[in-house]
Amino acid sequence: MSSTSRRNFMKWITVAGTAAILPKGAKAHGQFDGYPNSYGVLHDTTLCIGCRSCEAACNEVNDFPQPEKPFDDKSVLDEKRQTNDKCYTVVNKYEKDNNAKSPVFRKFQCNHCKEPACASACFVGAFTKTPEGAVVYDATVCVGCRYCLIACPFYVPTYEYDEALEPRVMKCTMCHPRLLDGKLPGCVEACPQGALTFGKREDLIKTAHERIRKHPDRYIDHVYGEKEVGGTNWIYLSGIPFEEIGFHASLGTTPAPELTSGALSMVPIVIGVWPALLGGIYVMTQRKEKIAAEEKAEAVKNAVDATQATANEEMKKASEKAKQNKEKAVEKAVKEALDKATKQSGKESS
Amino acid sequence: MTESNPTVERPLFCRFNIIAGIFITIGLWLTYLRFTGGLGAVSNLDHYNPWGFWIAFDLLCGVALAAGGYTTAAAVEIFGMKKFHAALRPAILTGFLGYSMVAFALLYDVGRPWRLPYPFVVSPGVTSVMFEVGACVALYLTVLFLEFSPTALEWIGAKKLRRIAVRLTVLLTIMGVVLSTLHQSSLGAMFLLVPSKLHPLWYSPYIPVFFFVSSIAAGLSMVIFEGTLAHNSFKDKMDEQHLKSADHIALGFGKGASFVLAAYFAIKVFGVALGNNWHLLGTNYGIWFLVEVFGFILLPCFLFAIGVREQNVKLIRWTAFLTVLGIVVNRLNVVLICFNWQLPADQRYFPHWMEIGISIFVITVGLVIYRFIVTRMPILYEHPDYKKTH
Amino acid sequence: MNEYIHTLQEFMTQTKGMLYLLSAGYLISFVAFWRFLHGRDKEDNPKVQAKK
Repeated sequence: MSSTSRRNFMKWITVAGTAAILPKGAKAHGQFDGYPNSYGVLHDTTLCIGCRSCEAACNEVNDFPQPEKPFDDKSVLDEKRQTNDKCYTVVNKYEKDNNAKSPVFRKFQCNHCKEPACASACFVGAFTKTPEGAVVYDATVCVGCRYCLIACPFYVPTYEYDEALEPRVMKCTMCHPRLLDGKLPGCVEACPQGALTFGKREDLIKTAHERIRKHPDRYIDHVYGEKEVGGTNWIYLSGIPFEEIGFHASLGTTPAPELTSGALSMVPIVIGVWPALLGGIYVMTQRKEKIAAEEKAEAVKNAVDATQATANEEMKKASEKAKQNKEKAVEKAVKEALDKATKQSGKESS
Repeated sequence: MTESNPTVERPLFCRFNIIAGIFITIGLWLTYLRFTGGLGAVSNLDHYNPWGFWIAFDLLCGVALAAGGYTTAAAVEIFGMKKFHAALRPAILTGFLGYSMVAFALLYDVGRPWRLPYPFVVSPGVTSVMFEVGACVALYLTVLFLEFSPTALEWIGAKKLRRIAVRLTVLLTIMGVVLSTLHQSSLGAMFLLVPSKLHPLWYSPYIPVFFFVSSIAAGLSMVIFEGTLAHNSFKDKMDEQHLKSADHIALGFGKGASFVLAAYFAIKVFGVALGNNWHLLGTNYGIWFLVEVFGFILLPCFLFAIGVREQNVKLIRWTAFLTVLGIVVNRLNVVLICFNWQLPADQRYFPHWMEIGISIFVITVGLVIYRFIVTRMPILYEHPDYKKTH
Repeated sequence: MNEYIHTLQEFMTQTKGMLYLLSAGYLISFVAFWRFLHGRDKEDNPKVQAKK
């Protein structure tokens, strides 16, 4: 092999190898299409009569205790109810005066989002989006932090606050075990009016838009859950504005994991850069201190030397002066002696 | 122990002990209720409000206020500000005890506390910001323990071990700043997941930066604040160097806090601009936002600056308390007051007295341990055997 | 690693998982690097001190 073709070979091997290792379908954010052929439910609220058969079926399938008021008691609909840790779904009644479409009934349960906020939030991965479409919860790893309750934009998950030692998060499972068995979710099977339609999500979306197209006076031109928070597997049709039947109208279309993706991406940057930055500052500070200490020592030495020099000067002057004084004293003594001698000889000569 | 200050007699039935004893007794009873009756037996938490006073105060405020550990250590060990050395050991102790009490409080809040190691050893949920918070806090607790260890080793006289521990100091400090940056900011980042539930004036892509920057101001202020309290209660334990540098530390940290608060104020304003939320400032929540930003961020910024200019240590000490209060207000806002702001009043949350009781219990335990350590170990004074070796 | 990734959640689980492992590895390597850099510092090494 010549060197150029060998180089090309290495290049292509590297590209092919990398492509083989990298996960396929690793597209840019927002281009994940979810599991193909996953199932969902279309809830057409214009067809719901508030019979609560779905609630009864859900209660039975999940073996929940019987509630205080039985499921055929319609008076409960006079109040807005929430799901709780013994009840995965409720139907609420929404009345509007002077509205021909009033009252409207709407079933509430987990929407089984395509990109669930609960799954993104859970720090033990207790939530899984299954290929069948259901978002399921694993109580065997749950620590009970309840971040999933915080995260869900629909306020779906509930918690067993009265359980001392084994409290669980409770929410609709879309009857996932039944789905694997080829059966319908309990609520869908029980609905006598066809307000709940089970099928592949893509088909249900088409169906929903078809219904809107065929009966434009009957429906608001919006399929709720088609795009909200990145899309949900339970989608809704309504004859009156969605915010009037208990829906949050402005949730946006950003899927939950994208909301924290930016912040999480900064973590490796801090880990990579901070140690070098701080280590560098430390080294620079040490160097500055060392130089400052050296300069100080130098200054001290200079000051000592200067003092010494001055002291030497002084001493020299002093010894000079002492010498001079001594010489003077000697001169004086000599002069005195001479004077004395002169006087003496003068006295003797006279 | 110092020759200059005589030891204060601390009798068994002094005021502190009696009050602490009462709170601890109540706390033990509430613990029994919590683990026999579940969370519902001792709290007002519900399905719409799963996080309450424990998360808002014990956890978020606790972590922010324990930030004095990493900020003081960075100032002394990395930036070489040796003159603040007397503040270092008290700050590390507060950090270590603060984070320990945060972990202790967490045992009450989560449904199955014995499963807390699960994210690391059984099933990591790596897409969760909380996973990162947990990992960083766990690692940082280790760092704090190692930073505290020289004190304990001096106390028991383990000279060789102590020397090894001291040599780790700079590395531990660097790790401490890395881990603190991460978990302080990520406690805020957890709320990025809920744009529909947190009021727009507090929800911002800048939340992680807000939390990190404010943690620095919180840490610096807590060091000043605790220095004031320790001076009142434990003066007899302080050696000459500690007493002499107290005012210098207050002035220095006050100056630093002033800078940080100025930056924090600026980025909070930028956050409003980024979201184009000016029109919300006239609403009730808007006015509350202005109170938080002007009364608890800009005001202490100026008061610290004035205190430094005029060398008014008393003003600095009061401003430190105001800043600490402001951090608490901000964390309570993000978790409780401005969270679920759109829910009708009957669906909003207010703490049960037992939740507050357990929080007080946790803090009391922390204070008792703090007092034990400070009165016996070389925190406020230098151990005579190890003077000038660190 | 070769399965098709269907959701953003799956993608992030893989990438963030890998990043955590790399970050932990880097931090440990940094400790070793630091000790290597300061291996011959005066305070710890009496030989160097004597040389001066």
